[in-house]
Amino acid sequence: MTLFNLKGYGWMLWEGVQLTVLVGVVSMAVAILLGLVGAWGKLSGSQVARAIAGTYTTMIRGIPELVMILLIYYGVPTLIQDIFDVNIDFNPFIAGVATIGFIYGAFSTEVFRGSYLAVSRGQIEAAKATGMNRNLLFRRILLPQMWRFALPGLGNVWMVLIKATALVSVIQLPELMRNADIASRATRLPFTCYFAASLIYLLLTVVSMSLQQRAEVWANRGIRRT
Amino acid sequence: MDISIIQDSIPRLLHGAVTTVELTAVSLAFGLCLAVPFAIMRTHRNPLLWMPVYAFNFYFRGTPLLVQVFLVYYGSGQFQIFLTQVGLWTFFQQATFCAVLTLTLNTAAYTCEILRGGIEAISFGEIEAARACGMSGLLLYRRIILPKAFRLAWPAYTNEVVFLLQATSLVSIITVMDITGVARMVASRSFAFYELYITAAILYLILVYGVLSFFRKVEYRLSGHLRHPSLR
Repeated sequence: MTLFNLKGYGWMLWEGVQLTVLVGVVSMAVAILLGLVGAWGKLSGSQVARAIAGTYTTMIRGIPELVMILLIYYGVPTLIQDIFDVNIDFNPFIAGVATIGFIYGAFSTEVFRGSYLAVSRGQIEAAKATGMNRNLLFRRILLPQMWRFALPGLGNVWMVLIKATALVSVIQLPELMRNADIASRATRLPFTCYFAASLIYLLLTVVSMSLQQRAEVWANRGIRRT
Repeated sequence: MDISIIQDSIPRLLHGAVTTVELTAVSLAFGLCLAVPFAIMRTHRNPLLWMPVYAFNFYFRGTPLLVQVFLVYYGSGQFQIFLTQVGLWTFFQQATFCAVLTLTLNTAAYTCEILRGGIEAISFGEIEAARACGMSGLLLYRRIILPKAFRLAWPAYTNEVVFLLQATSLVSIITVMDITGVARMVASRSFAFYELYITAAILYLILVYGVLSFFRKVEYRLSGHLRHPSLR
């Protein structure tokens, strides 16, 4: 079985998976936060907030992830250097998480916007009528329900996001893809190493799918299906 | 900000943009040719037909495109002796061939699932009516199912085209000189990183929204029969 012998580099892929999952989870948290802020901007009465949120989602949808990563990791430090004349170096982890979170924040903006609009108007009016202020309304009425409507969409965002973390390998962060790259050079078995990596990504997708299904069942408990 | 570097690199970036558009168009065309028979197999009752397509789609949709690109471009090196014997090695040596091959397989998998959605959304009544008129097999697909499925799948296919257009930027990693490839090369030589990447980003934005508006126009034309007469 020379085709499937990783020559002792399996542990490297395992270490890579851990970092891939970490990058994925932290980026997803950033994306959810940005998504909530973005959705608030898109739905807000203020024209400035709407314009900013609109520009954000429009731009992200039109720029490839790779260009964004290169722009943030290599471009932003030189831009800051040119303007403020200070030298900064980005840590690849922070740059990767910031980029992926920023990109998928735009996608979750649309998810949260849709889930806000799915909450029935009557409930919001009722909450206002009982005297809840905006924070309380958000915390008690909107968030618990938006969460449920947003879950399928967020699950899709996560599925695409975890695959997008492979791109962080171009800025030398030792996640799964980067480690598979190193292993393929060391063992001179590129097909074996990349195929192993692809199967691990496939496994991550399968696990995410089953977790998503369970989360949806849990979130929809006690809800009558019409 | 170094404007002169941007001005100097514009012709080369535009050349890269042509490569990007060519890669997208060729992969889309080949991908669609694969996706149509795949979608028909995918919706077939016989497990021997739908299961292989299901596995293919599952693999290509469940793994990152970057891994697929590396698997084809670098991975083929592991089978160099075999590929030389069958005379395919000259193809796999070229980055462009590997790029088109991977993008084609990737978009075929996504397009197949989109078309499957379209095929499954066609009402039974239409298929029954076609059968009652005596259509069978190929004729039924050619006249009724596929045109209807394409119409239904068009908005989703538009998204796939936009994703593929952006995904082509990945092939710059295997030395194909598309927009991103040119931007990376010029940036690493001149150290004008943000100038070039922002220019590249703007080029992609123009391409993406150009493609979007074109596909929306086609969608408008395709849905003429569904619009209210007052809107025509």
